[in-house]
Amino acid sequence: MKRRVLALLGFATGVFAGSVVFRRQFGKRRDRVEVYFDDGAMVSYVDGAPEAATLLDAAREALQAARSA
Amino acid sequence: MDVAQALADLTEISTQIEAAVLFGADGAVEGSTLKNESAAKGLAAAAAQLLDRAGALRGGEAAVTQVEAALGDGAVFVVRDGARRIAAATVSNPTVGLVFYDLKSCLRDSAGSVGGEAADAQPENRAASGTAGTAPEPAKPKRAPRKKDADEA
Repeated sequence: MKRRVLALLGFATGVFAGSVVFRRQFGKRRDRVEVYFDDGAMVSYVDGAPEAATLLDAAREALQAARSA
Repeated sequence: MDVAQALADLTEISTQIEAAVLFGADGAVEGSTLKNESAAKGLAAAAAQLLDRAGALRGGEAAVTQVEAALGDGAVFVVRDGARRIAAATVSNPTVGLVFYDLKSCLRDSAGSVGGEAADAQPENRAASGTAGTAPEPAKPKRAPRKKDADEA
């Protein structure tokens, strides 16, 4: 009985560790823009949000310009 | 410190910053780490656009001070200090706080050279206002209180 519990616990730990490694390796980070205002507020816009599109376009343009030299 | 020196220090201190450009509110480039002038203008224009668009999102009720855009293959940072701005392109997943700190330091260090001679002239004016013929005393280093005194207090 004790051996079965230990085996089950080991299996569960393995699955959990595997999922963490998988997410770290293959989980795609979404593009995002963080805007800081002078009143102390910070707003984060993630790719896919309607507001993010215009900001990300300008950011990609800036990165492209910096790397074109 | 002049703009070129401030930018040189910036890229020397931060290995994560690939390119940086200092520009004014009108988009005029004051200095850049990029050798290609059109690339510097392009980076400044896109960064100014990013600031303008970010400011428009809240209807202009609060001014945008800084922006970070994290993209798949790199990141873009823009910092504003009054009418002056600095934009930088970095490697992907940079240390955000450190990059913002370095950019603000660069803006501050280069402020004297762009804002006129007044900032640079201040230390000389202060020295000149002292009594003629007497050299200003060097600042004495502050000592920590003796341990015995600190224990008694």
